[in-house]
Amino acid sequence: MNEKSPHMPPLEVHDLTVAYNQKPVLWNIDFEIPEGSLTAVVGPNGAGKSTLIKAIMGLIPSSSGYALFYGKPLGKRRSSVAYVPQRESVDWNFPVNVFDVVLMGRYPHLKLFQRPRPVDKEIAMNALKEVGMQEYSDRQISRLSGGQQQRVFLARALAQDASVYLMDEPFAGVDAATERVIFNKLKELQEQQKTILVVHHDLQNIKAYFDHVMMLNLRLTAFGPTQSTFTDDNLQKTYGGRLNILSQIVERSRQERFVREKE
Amino acid sequence: MDAFWEFFSLRDPNIRYVLGGTVLLGIASGLIGTFTVLRRRALVGDAVAHAILPGVCLGFILAGGKDPLLLVAGAFVFGLLSMITMDFITRNSIISPDTSIAMVLSVFFGLGVVLLTMIQSSSFTDQSGLDDFLFGQAASMVGYDVKVFGGLSLFIILSVILVYKEFKVISFDLTYAKSIGYPVKRLELAMALLMVLIITAGIQAVGVVLMASMLIIPAAAARYWTDSLSYLLLIAAVFGAISGAAGSFISYTAPAMPTGPWMVVSAACVFFVSFFFAPGRGELSRMLESKKLSFRIRRENVLKSLYSFEEKDGKAERVRTLSELMKTQRLSKLKMKSILSYLKNKELIHVYPGPPSGFVLTENGRKEAKRLVRVHRLWEKYLNEYLQIPEDHVHDDAESMEHLITEDIEKELRASLGSPDKDPHQSQIPYDDPASKQPDRSSNRRNTK
Repeated sequence: MNEKSPHMPPLEVHDLTVAYNQKPVLWNIDFEIPEGSLTAVVGPNGAGKSTLIKAIMGLIPSSSGYALFYGKPLGKRRSSVAYVPQRESVDWNFPVNVFDVVLMGRYPHLKLFQRPRPVDKEIAMNALKEVGMQEYSDRQISRLSGGQQQRVFLARALAQDASVYLMDEPFAGVDAATERVIFNKLKELQEQQKTILVVHHDLQNIKAYFDHVMMLNLRLTAFGPTQSTFTDDNLQKTYGGRLNILSQIVERSRQERFVREKE
Repeated sequence: MDAFWEFFSLRDPNIRYVLGGTVLLGIASGLIGTFTVLRRRALVGDAVAHAILPGVCLGFILAGGKDPLLLVAGAFVFGLLSMITMDFITRNSIISPDTSIAMVLSVFFGLGVVLLTMIQSSSFTDQSGLDDFLFGQAASMVGYDVKVFGGLSLFIILSVILVYKEFKVISFDLTYAKSIGYPVKRLELAMALLMVLIITAGIQAVGVVLMASMLIIPAAAARYWTDSLSYLLLIAAVFGAISGAAGSFISYTAPAMPTGPWMVVSAACVFFVSFFFAPGRGELSRMLESKKLSFRIRRENVLKSLYSFEEKDGKAERVRTLSELMKTQRLSKLKMKSILSYLKNKELIHVYPGPPSGFVLTENGRKEAKRLVRVHRLWEKYLNEYLQIPEDHVHDDAESMEHLITEDIEKELRASLGSPDKDPHQSQIPYDDPASKQPDRSSNRRNTK
């Protein structure tokens, strides 16, 4: 947020290749996300959707390529990027309450060892209000429904006060009311010129919800405005089976523990 | 009893030292143990505790006797070494973590026992007290030992307070911690080092064999009392301190007895009290909860039976006898009587001495019984209409659900079904207020709530 240059795209990815030890692999992914767009990342199971945003966030190593936020690597832009992991990635029996989790969204704005300030608590409480969960602030997180848990994660990201949001399946397993709350929130963020990338599994509502769509199946099959990109032709390309030779070589590199040379 | 007062009056400076040392140790191991348990590293803790024995022996050999600083150094190095080995095996082989933990534990401990035996059979002049490191001997600590071990504990307590926020995030959500740029590797290393340190600090008082329990049991017991991390840490620390104090007291009154097992037994007592008696999560309160629920279900069924008699013959004033009621429920006479007397006390039924002696619903009782029948039939309707379950398959499900459907859920059911007159079996659904039926079913769907 602080010193973003007007001409730099909020997120650009160059020739990103991920050779993950076991599971899917991404092949030469290359794109640039326009500012203020709301993009859905779609593709069949095992296409590497989550892998893509994890690699962008540096959570898993990539064998080549890089991602830039407003022209700088993530390390220099931490405070303007928020990441929402999959709900299943944490232990919901952990002894914290809803407010504690949302307050963690303020941690990137605090120094090491620094305790949250009153202003952080205020921001966290507001974020909780924005997703309609203020009454639950004292509730232990295991006593929430799946949709409420997802809202808590969204509130944490809101408390981060970032300008780029990467979300891994925020609509997975949520009730209709939560889906609406989350989607309205995304629209609002978009109106504030924030840039949002969402891994999504439901093809039904792509056209209604997202203005950009990224179609993925080990490689990037299509990316652009939903209107012109979300076509039967591209869907066929993305979902109509893996490229045979590509999957073979992927399988081989996995078995041979092949590691690309780093440049 | 005299020994108890003598010990806890703290008149003897030596007792003050020993007690101070073990209490600090208990607090520190409660704190670190909380994170160890939450991060599911309890077995690693156990392995590390066993694996420091060769380090202790080497420290002993190097110093030519019991020198706390060298013992700590040796233990620390081997604790670290065991962790690195476990990590290395898991990362670079097809061996699963539990196997590598078990291997490291036994191999390192075996090596330790070999060294221990060598020392004992050699000509070391001062080998007294080396056995203590297996099972602990708090009372044999002198001032200098307490300063070293207590100092370590104090250092650990302060560290946990300092990095509380960071430890909390990496324990709860590691990927998130990485995504906000936290030095996750270094924090995890710090946590591991603190764990090795606390185990090292416990060698004299608890001994290597049982030190892991001091790490794990207070934290596991504390989990029964709270859902908040800060309180969890506090309670685990208190439990640790209690175990530590109890252990050193016993070590003082019975010097031949090793301290470690006594500390662990005290901690286990604390655990059992928590396990059975903690409010909410303890076994006792869960048992009471479920007793309460099954009693409620039974008395609701009795109310419903009384109402269904009325429904059948349309005679609300008629007295129903005990034997009539007994035929509707599978209950012993004693249980039935206790239910009926409860219902009477709540003024849900009138009891007539007779003849014929029996029971009639009061106005409130009828209202409640109607509600049960209503939600039962609404639920059947819902299953039939929305889940397309055939009408001859919906009864059993509704029979249990009727006890769970709250007023809110009933409202939603009525909103989405439009307050129907009949259930799938064509039985009338009884409403309290037939006038206020909601005819418009489409505009009032669930989502708008």
